[in-house]
Amino acid sequence: MIFHHLILRVVTKLLVGTIILFALYVQFHGDFSPGGGFQAGVIMAVAFILYGIVFSLESVKKVFPEWLVHKILALGVLIYAGTGIATMLLGYDFLDYDAFAPLHPTHGQHWGLLAIEFGVGVTVTGVMVAIYYAFAGRPPSLPDEDW
Amino acid sequence: MGQLFNLQFLTGHIHYLLFIILMMTGLFIVVDKTNLVKKIIGLNIFQASVFMFYVSIGKVTGGTAPIFPMDDKYHVDKEALQGIVYSNPLPHVLILTAIVVGIATTSLGLALIIRIRESFNTIDEEDILNIEQEMTRDDNNKHRDVAEGLT
Amino acid sequence: MANTALVAEHTARTLYDHLPLLQVLVPFCAAPLIVLLGSRRLAWPLAFVSSAVALIISVMLMMSVREGGYISYTMGGWSPPLGIEYRIDTVNAYVLMLISAIGTVVLPFAYVSVKDEIPSKNHSLFYACWMLCLTGLLGMVATGDAFNVFVFLEISSLSTYVLVAQGAARDRRALTAAYDYLIMGTIGATFFVIGLGMLYMATGTLNMADLADRIADQGANRTVRSGFAFIVVGLGLKVAMFPLHLWLPKAYTFAPSAVTVFLSATATKAALYVLMRFIFSVYHPDFSFTTNALEIIFLPLAIIAMFSASFIAAFQINFKRMLAYSSIAQVGYMLLGIAILTETGLTAALLHMFNHGLAKALLFMGVGALVLRTGGAFYTQISGLGRKMPLTCGAIVVGGLSLIGVPGTAGFLSKWLLVQAALERVSENSLFLLVSIAIVLSSLLAVVYVWRVFEVLYLREPNPDSTATEAPLMMLIPMWILAGSCLWFGLSTDFLYDIANQAALGLLDGSMGMLDSNKTLGVE
Repeated sequence: MIFHHLILRVVTKLLVGTIILFALYVQFHGDFSPGGGFQAGVIMAVAFILYGIVFSLESVKKVFPEWLVHKILALGVLIYAGTGIATMLLGYDFLDYDAFAPLHPTHGQHWGLLAIEFGVGVTVTGVMVAIYYAFAGRPPSLPDEDW
Repeated sequence: MGQLFNLQFLTGHIHYLLFIILMMTGLFIVVDKTNLVKKIIGLNIFQASVFMFYVSIGKVTGGTAPIFPMDDKYHVDKEALQGIVYSNPLPHVLILTAIVVGIATTSLGLALIIRIRESFNTIDEEDILNIEQEMTRDDNNKHRDVAEGLT
Repeated sequence: MANTALVAEHTARTLYDHLPLLQVLVPFCAAPLIVLLGSRRLAWPLAFVSSAVALIISVMLMMSVREGGYISYTMGGWSPPLGIEYRIDTVNAYVLMLISAIGTVVLPFAYVSVKDEIPSKNHSLFYACWMLCLTGLLGMVATGDAFNVFVFLEISSLSTYVLVAQGAARDRRALTAAYDYLIMGTIGATFFVIGLGMLYMATGTLNMADLADRIADQGANRTVRSGFAFIVVGLGLKVAMFPLHLWLPKAYTFAPSAVTVFLSATATKAALYVLMRFIFSVYHPDFSFTTNALEIIFLPLAIIAMFSASFIAAFQINFKRMLAYSSIAQVGYMLLGIAILTETGLTAALLHMFNHGLAKALLFMGVGALVLRTGGAFYTQISGLGRKMPLTCGAIVVGGLSLIGVPGTAGFLSKWLLVQAALERVSENSLFLLVSIAIVLSSLLAVVYVWRVFEVLYLREPNPDSTATEAPLMMLIPMWILAGSCLWFGLSTDFLYDIANQAALGLLDGSMGMLDSNKTLGVE
């Protein structure tokens, strides 16, 4: 248990949920305001990294274990490629979103872009959290008590 | 050369001059500093100036943000579309890609620096060079080629 | 409300239509699949199967464009110049064949070598990185959009840095080699982006065929010219052109053996292809500044590279390092072929790309087998192994002879055509006589360093305490496939020569021309 940094711990607990919600907002409002997959992924990762910095790497790894991070990384890329393969299977070019709604191309584009941006967001979250785990997980040169 | 002292040309193109100054600063840091982390920072400055250069290309005089004036039912007001000048959104998208590439490069470089620090115990380029030269000298002495007809 | 009058007629695409895309998509999907499955046992089979599929696709593409013409594939249905297109013509398909062939043949070799040199917990990530590198290289070559080239260039470069750093398990200098390569490679790629930005400013488009048309309309203004300079320098760094080659010796020496085999045969060749594409197709060689740049810059730098790198290679005591310097010299030959700027010269450069890829991959595989059995690549460690590992050293002999350019091996035709191309231009400028003499002299230098290897392997007594036996079968088969191809392409030269000649004609033809838009497969 960590008994110092009281203000940080309380504020972090309040903020983490808000940050994740904001990340989802940015993810799905990319076609109306600045946003999209990459930005949302980074913001989502910030939530976990903030928790990890304030509480400890072990606590955040209980929530988001390392093997899950690596799987999510790969899954996002496959979602993106899978959307493209789906359009190919429907007979159109790769990533031709008209395939999803041939009679309403605008809707098809909307759904297709949502799908690929979701894939991007998932991958970027995984990448940023994986980078944090990799760097923070190295054995430190000074033990924690000496800081 | 006469254009350089033409005030109107200078103020119209001053941003290019600033980008080049930033670019060269970044490159100079990469070459001059011996600390490996500072080199990565210099690389980032160099890349940032390139991003700014690209984004500045996209601005059209009198242009507004390139978003259709739609309401939330996806209806576009056809009359409102007339006469709107949009800035070019393409360079922004290119730079988004390039920023992501830059982040990947930076994180890879920092990961390599951590491994180098654990392996060589220093992140100063000159010290590392000295250590490596010693290693090479040891290798050369150990594996000195017997039939050295050429040297 | 469904209003079918608003929707265009659409014919469904067949699998054959998707081939240019599948060339890149198959290895691209294999990489995250390897990570997702996470199983060490499935990593190599998955990598091998997707490489083999990529090879089959590249051969099929080659068969379609052998006689000239091109295949265009529009991404997302947006037809160029608005959309990104993948454009396969003879040059493209030729380089795609080389890259995917080397990628597939090396993998059985890598199976044994990687088990020996890299800790086993890293194996699945290693193969995922390898697949990403293959994707990047294939995408760089297949695409017809200039910024897409940058994206794939960076994908392949970043995976290359990671792959090179894996050599740290054996020798920690691999880490600094990867770091130096990272700094220099990123500067090179950023220079490429700056040049591209200048081109975009001047023309407003990023599609290579459209760029060619618009540059031809504009003529050579300062923006276009400085764009050319930046692009040449940026790509020159990736190609290891003479003063920008400093990353290569260390990266090739300290990387794991399988990685060196793969990179030496593919990475510089793909970048050289992009350089040729920009010089010949985007900027037409008729532009005076292109010819000036080629003659004043490429020609001297190529000759300096050929001589200085061969000279340094002759003094090395480490087999791997010697081969790395030899690579720099061979790239000099390819740049010389480009700089001579005739049809024969360009054919020679393209042929040399292929032949050097085969020979270098073969030689580095030999090194890998020797490292497996003796633990090092220094001449004192590998002396006398010619008798203990006869098949391995036999393959090394074939590779060395192909590197020198002995008649009967693949390397001979490209060197011969290079000298012929230089002699063709003697009538207009007698300096080219010196160029042809330089080519012959530097080949003699190549004889020096290759002969040194033969002497070490065959004419010395083996170390008394060496327990080396023949290399395992999974290493021998790829080596002898490549050795056999060296001999086959040396004796029956028509197939490659015709393709390379067609490719050279296509390049020299200049502007890719958007006028035949009825050839595209996109929705009208």
